[in-house]
Amino acid sequence: MDSGVYITLRDVVFSRSGRRIFDGVSLDIPRGKITAIMGPSGTGKTTLLRLIGGQLKPDSGEILVAGESVPKLKRKALYTLREKMGMLFQSGALFTDLSVFENVAFPLRVHTSLPDDMIRDIVLMKLEAVGLRGARRLMPAELSGGMTRRVALARSIALDPELIMYDEPFAGQDPIAMGVLVKLIRDLNLSMGLTSVLVSHDVPESLSICHYACIIADGQVIGEGTPDELRQHSSERVQQFLQGQPDGPVPFHYPAADIGSDWGLGGGSA
Amino acid sequence: MAQRTTEIVTGLFIIAGLAALVFLALQVSGLSPKSDTDTYTLYANFNDVGGIAPRGKVAMAGVTVGSVRSVTLDRETLQARVELAIDAEVDNIPADSAAVIRTSGLLGEQYIDISIGGDMESLQPGDRFYSTQSAMNLERLITNFASGK
Amino acid sequence: MMDNIAALGRLGLDVIATVGRAGRFLTGVLVGVPRPSVGFPLLVRQLYSVGVLSLAIIVVSGLFIGMVLGLQGYTILSDYGSEAAIGQMIALTLVRELGPVVTALLFAGRAGSALTAEIGLMKATEQLSSMEMMGVDPLRRVIAPRLWAGFIALPILAAIFSMVGIWGGMLVGVEWLGVFEGSFWGNMQASVSFTEDVLNGVFKTVVFGFVCSWIAVFQGYDCVPTSAGISSATTKTVVYSSLAVLGLDFVLTAVMFGDF
Repeated sequence: MDSGVYITLRDVVFSRSGRRIFDGVSLDIPRGKITAIMGPSGTGKTTLLRLIGGQLKPDSGEILVAGESVPKLKRKALYTLREKMGMLFQSGALFTDLSVFENVAFPLRVHTSLPDDMIRDIVLMKLEAVGLRGARRLMPAELSGGMTRRVALARSIALDPELIMYDEPFAGQDPIAMGVLVKLIRDLNLSMGLTSVLVSHDVPESLSICHYACIIADGQVIGEGTPDELRQHSSERVQQFLQGQPDGPVPFHYPAADIGSDWGLGGGSA
Repeated sequence: MAQRTTEIVTGLFIIAGLAALVFLALQVSGLSPKSDTDTYTLYANFNDVGGIAPRGKVAMAGVTVGSVRSVTLDRETLQARVELAIDAEVDNIPADSAAVIRTSGLLGEQYIDISIGGDMESLQPGDRFYSTQSAMNLERLITNFASGK
Repeated sequence: MMDNIAALGRLGLDVIATVGRAGRFLTGVLVGVPRPSVGFPLLVRQLYSVGVLSLAIIVVSGLFIGMVLGLQGYTILSDYGSEAAIGQMIALTLVRELGPVVTALLFAGRAGSALTAEIGLMKATEQLSSMEMMGVDPLRRVIAPRLWAGFIALPILAAIFSMVGIWGGMLVGVEWLGVFEGSFWGNMQASVSFTEDVLNGVFKTVVFGFVCSWIAVFQGYDCVPTSAGISSATTKTVVYSSLAVLGLDFVLTAVMFGDF
């Protein structure tokens, strides 16, 4: 096993209800680094995380996590592997019938037989890390969106996983909450040496914290590298996505002949 | 603490359910906790048992004293042979008593009534009632009355 | 024309596929019972919300149905001068039929729909997914306690329903209409058999409990995770459960009490 690589995807093909979502995606995710996976909405970024977590199986191709082939794992081995993974869902996915404290304690109670006072210490430590130790008695319904995500983050690191996957952590957050999350993701990576996979379409935030990024569009990887390499990338599609131009080769906007025609000068498309 | 309250209330709920079942068993179906060993067997032959079926009531002076265990056809006499399970406490049924099939109310169920005799000796387990009276067949009665017999 | 036939075929295949999914789902729920120390508190919590919280509607409905049976029975039976048989009539109706069936219908409406909505919402808010990613099987952790709770609660509720109903009938028959209490109970005890009537009734509720809970949790787990999907799943739970209960009741009655 390559010691520097934690997750490997080789020629992954996946289609859902007749639509091909991934058409031969290959990707290496380095251990202990933050990797950002970016791409336009609807390119199956969340699906990619679910493939890595074994919730979905690819039609063909290989997915290796920590040297184990996820699609071939038996149920039990898969559940054991998942104990090493944390995943932060877009909605937070806190258990609505449990308090903040119990939400964070949940994985500990299920997977360990630690005594109550030790669980309490760990939970408070994790909540302290996300700055919400004071909110431990609140119910999820009483939290703001940003706080929900921070609690969910505390929950996903409760078992000290090797890998953490963030599904759109910045979507729909105000600038302060976004800043907090950026700081948390970076701190967690530094202090715990977590392999982090970040799925997002928020380009500046993602590029500011990741060590390595890749851009997916049309079921394929269209560009990968360090943030600096990507900024210098020669592909027009990469440039268009990074700079958020409304116009360009990625076909989610109807192609226009040239900017001039949009100003009503030529009327070329008519 | 909330979990504890939930546990207690749920426990009460389950106990209430069991109590309801016990109520249905004892009060509604009249199941008595007495076991079969507390009964002894008597036999009675009838020309016509009518609606008598296993687990039917056997009464004496209106008080239930046992139940019908089985109804079979006696091959020799070609009569219905009824096996009765009588409560062990009632061990002094006079030997010349008669087993009579009666109906409770006009439309009620049929049961076997033991019409008490005057003999000093009692029926012993396994004995047969000497005299019996078969089910009153309402239809036959009306037919007989109408034809003047 | 061909289109219609094709649509019919597709519908048939969909139904078969759903039944298959429901069966696989059930195996997933039933195999691998969690450790008692973990599973028991979860089961108790669900028994509380499924059973204890349904108690009020069950008691009130049972009381009124018993009272109505008392009134109706008295009017009919007094024509034949056999109003003493009212106890027998009420007890047999409740223990054999109304107890199991009405309880199951109320259960589907009260607890079944709540189960479906709860599980559906947990699916829509990714709670089930996140549990899976934490290495916890939601089938065992979330679904199994709810299925078992429904399965256990329904027979209990039905027994309470029948008891309250008989008591309500006695209230009307004995206290208001003046049937002798002795003949009320006496007739009842003479005609109700423990094995044939009471136990068969309990067996019915066990079957209904299983079917209703299965439908409820499956509809929740299988729903489309949107508000429209959850609402349609809740409706389906009530409709399918009611139809299943009434259909199965006929089959079970025919097998238990039919002479063939």
